Amino acid sequence: MLRGGLIGAAAVTVFGILLLFGDNYALRLGTTVAMYVTLATAWNIIGGFAGYPSFATAAFFGLGAYTSGIALSNGIPLSVAWAGAGLIVALFAVMLGLCILHLRGHYFAIGSLVAADVLREITNVWVSVTGGGIGLNLPLPGGDAETQAKLFLCVMSGLAGAACCAAWTLTRSRLGVALRCIAQNEDAAQVIGIDTGRSKIAALALSSLFVGIAGAIYASWTIYIDPSDVYDVSLSVKPIIMTLLGGVGTVTGPIVGAFAFLGLEELIWRNSLEFHSGFLGLLVVALVLFLPAGLGQLRVGSIWTRIRTVLPPEARP
Amino acid sequence: MDADPDGPPAGGEAVRSLLVLENVSQRFGGLLALDELSLSLKQGEVVGLIGPNGAGKTTFVNVVTGVLKPTSGVIVFDGHRIDGKRPDRVARRGVARTFQIVQPFPHLRVRENVAAAALFAGGVASQAEASRVADEHLAFCGLERDADKPAGSLSLAGRKRLELAKGLASKPKLLLLDEVNAGLNAAEIDEALRLIAAIAARGITLLLIEHLMKVVVQSCSRVLVLHQGRLIADGPTQEIMRDEDVIEAYLGRRYAEAQRGAGI
Repeated sequence: MLRGGLIGAAAVTVFGILLLFGDNYALRLGTTVAMYVTLATAWNIIGGFAGYPSFATAAFFGLGAYTSGIALSNGIPLSVAWAGAGLIVALFAVMLGLCILHLRGHYFAIGSLVAADVLREITNVWVSVTGGGIGLNLPLPGGDAETQAKLFLCVMSGLAGAACCAAWTLTRSRLGVALRCIAQNEDAAQVIGIDTGRSKIAALALSSLFVGIAGAIYASWTIYIDPSDVYDVSLSVKPIIMTLLGGVGTVTGPIVGAFAFLGLEELIWRNSLEFHSGFLGLLVVALVLFLPAGLGQLRVGSIWTRIRTVLPPEARP
Repeated sequence: MDADPDGPPAGGEAVRSLLVLENVSQRFGGLLALDELSLSLKQGEVVGLIGPNGAGKTTFVNVVTGVLKPTSGVIVFDGHRIDGKRPDRVARRGVARTFQIVQPFPHLRVRENVAAAALFAGGVASQAEASRVADEHLAFCGLERDADKPAGSLSLAGRKRLELAKGLASKPKLLLLDEVNAGLNAAEIDEALRLIAAIAARGITLLLIEHLMKVVVQSCSRVLVLHQGRLIADGPTQEIMRDEDVIEAYLGRRYAEAQRGAGI
């Protein structure tokens, strides 16, 4: 609770400072981190709480981006297009869930991974509606560059806040209890009367709703989308790493992880264009080996204990 | 809704049947795990189900609780057909089970484990209420001091009792105990026997799937003997225990001799 409050206060402060003093680069970073918080928090609902390692984030993101983009090109108002994209993505998630949520573990992961590829191919081929591989240009939202940048920071941050609130509410709800039981022992969960099928689909749909809206806002923010960009597999992988980084199955974990991940992305990868995916791999290995419960696991005391155990006895203070 | 072949419970009967199986078969490829099984359990009975390994005891539990859909046959519980219904539906109708291999939610606290059963199968409205109900069941099962521990940290005996508490929190009419005493020492078994008697005293119908004869003899008024998927004996415990064929064929000759030696 206290931790959540502190992190929330810190996030609001950062948001306020950005809005008042941020230049274009800072605003862009702020919007990106808000998007990351949204994606990681949304993934955590299905991947963390329910324990179903979904790689469908890119599918939901791309579908949201294209649904909204096509709607906007046909003159539908911005807010309607964004909300509608979210709902259509959630509907898609329900259908996808009916198909693959009976699979467990690796099988589910692979099933979910394919979703983005299928959607990308459909988008590529259906040129008359999507523009195919050439991509889709979205109508400009109007206003000068700075107003636009601030608008997208506000909208994306609002979405991130909504996703975090939803995740927090979920942990205290019946569905939250059901998901935690499913993650730990699905057969036992069913025997104590949990409708596991419906619970998992609800989790996937809720998760996809936020990802879909994030995709829709992203499309308007970048003005131009193409299939290889919005269905990129890294959109599925990054939220998982962020959540692992911050702590799986907690509300604050994905938030902390998103900030930490963006920091790494900016510091290390921008300076190492050649080897940045190598760093990504090393990071995953290091996380799994040393910090399976995320950064939240780090305690000054435990590090000290670890150092003490490797020191020779006579060198110990 | 399914048709109700059993009709409404007949008012004239003193004790009505809670669970009725009619010609239930379960086939796994070439193996007939349950072969045209027909039996009934009366409200409030404590019945033992015995049989050698591979007799179909656990398959029986899985078929009744909805984990498996029987290949053929009809299962009626409390006036409703439950064969082929999903486990969560069957659980909410009032059939609870414990697992032979204990199945806690290891990262939830002991109390949260039981509260989850109360919340879903038990039909309790709120989480606060579920937590309160859980404490009652934990006290009943002697786990009140472990309520705040993670379930994964309990000893085997503790986890078996947790299974019982979860089963009770499901507010069952019928509780299937699948080898709830396996792996316990003598003192722990005596404690478990006391618990089983206390549960039966609450009017919950119990089916004990057991290897331990001591438990069956002390707890059950009636025994069913399963062998190769068929019900080969069904009668009062003392009668079945004296049935030489049952004893020698399914409990072993040495057990039969030991019983004769002990003068039972």
